[in-house]
Amino acid sequence: MSAPAVALHLVLLLLAPPLVLGIAVKVKAWLAGRRGAPLLQPYHDLRKLLGKGTVRGEGTTWVFAAGPLVGLAAVLVAGLLVPLAGGAAPLGFAGDVIAFAALLSLGRFFTMAAALDTGSSFEGMGASREAAFGAFTEPGLFLVLALICLPARSAGLAQAWAARPAGVAWLAHPLYLLAAVVLFVVLLAENARIPIDDPATHLELTMVHEVMVLDHGGPDLAFVLYGEAVKLFVIAALLVHLLLPVPPGGWAGAVALLAGEAAVAGLVGVVEGSVARLRLPRVPGFLIGAAALAAVGVAVLFARGRP
Amino acid sequence: MTGAPDVLLLLVLVTDLFIVASGRLKACVRATAAQGVLLAALPLALWVPRGDANLAHVVVIGVGALVVKAIVIPSRLLRSAREAGARREVAPYVSLHVSVLMGALLVMLSLWLARALALAPAAGGGERAALLVPASFATVLLGFLMLVARRYAVTQVVGYLMLDNGVFIFGQRLVGAVPVLVELGILLDLLAAVFVMGIAMHHIGREFDHIDTRALSTLRD
Repeated sequence: MSAPAVALHLVLLLLAPPLVLGIAVKVKAWLAGRRGAPLLQPYHDLRKLLGKGTVRGEGTTWVFAAGPLVGLAAVLVAGLLVPLAGGAAPLGFAGDVIAFAALLSLGRFFTMAAALDTGSSFEGMGASREAAFGAFTEPGLFLVLALICLPARSAGLAQAWAARPAGVAWLAHPLYLLAAVVLFVVLLAENARIPIDDPATHLELTMVHEVMVLDHGGPDLAFVLYGEAVKLFVIAALLVHLLLPVPPGGWAGAVALLAGEAAVAGLVGVVEGSVARLRLPRVPGFLIGAAALAAVGVAVLFARGRP
Repeated sequence: MTGAPDVLLLLVLVTDLFIVASGRLKACVRATAAQGVLLAALPLALWVPRGDANLAHVVVIGVGALVVKAIVIPSRLLRSAREAGARREVAPYVSLHVSVLMGALLVMLSLWLARALALAPAAGGGERAALLVPASFATVLLGFLMLVARRYAVTQVVGYLMLDNGVFIFGQRLVGAVPVLVELGILLDLLAAVFVMGIAMHHIGREFDHIDTRALSTLRD
């Protein structure tokens, strides 16, 4: 990639995520008949949190301090593996989808480890639930990545996008639509959105992701929130590339990507505003169903004889 | 694998899995209705673009499937479930999670089966949709799964309907070869069968205060 393309990628990856999160929150507020927080509220929140001092509980170790940092670093590196505006990614290589999935789980692992490090049984419960949801989400994620990458016969995202049929790919190739549906479920699960988890809840028994970050404050919490926004942005970028022909490179690509991201965020907001959260025992069924859909898609791909 | 018929068949597979995965009786029946709509569109998508089949024949089959499979049977089924006082959950013998996994495995099995079987070439020559045979096998097999793995009579009727839907999909290979009267006869047979089952469900419900078929296999004098 050329230097301007890398710069554009970095600008998009570093600056756009809180705005995308803001759109999702705004749409949810509209559906509930409220005016909602301003679109730029997440930036103000981050600025406020970064200006505070760091407070960490007594008895916490370096794991607690590392949790938010590693979590943020993992999703940022994952963002460098995913093509955003252009046809390539700064760190993309043949096999980057595996690294992408591994980085997502690394971030999740450190978030859980930091929660366990506080020694609070309450946070331990959240970590346990997060681990369970993660275990059910990952088969879906890997099968979707297989569905995207098998037609290109390459485990690289840039190659997979390059091998798509021209134009709107899912019209010519309905399996992309199936992949998009499953990827959307994975996006909701990975980002702890309704119907899997509720980012706005503050009721002890229903928190899953929220409870794990309860003890973080100040800059640590800013890193956690920023990391969540980046994660949403990065997985949504996959979804946008799956559904839209993003023109490779330059401002046109950036505009198309941001429009797609806004649409995905809007869809997340609509789901959040209109769907009730699943009961905890029903979540695995939901995720298993998504993974089964993706598995059927992969099987269809193989049955065609041209995976 | 491109074109409208394959999109429809992929959606049929999705509704199959949804029916197996859903825990609500109403959701099950509504998904069956959605599948009926897809099946009604299928003959049109398969035969109209090529223009080598009798158009009136194809339209009659499509409209017949729409009326019977998507409107009459589901509404009738919901009504008799309500009248029989069925509970809202589907009461599976095997858990829903296992059902979904079994369903996915059965779909893969039917994809393999469709490749492994040497079928006679379709009427009119050439396969029109790559997924036609696998989707019909999968729908039949998942219908069997619904028949054996659910406890209430309503869900068993849903399984029977899926069975018939699978046969209907397979029959689309033969649209040019089978007279329209035979197809309509099959649709009417199905309708009659569902009415009989509705009456049977009503009687089971009145006799035992529930429509749990488990009680039927433990009857003794």
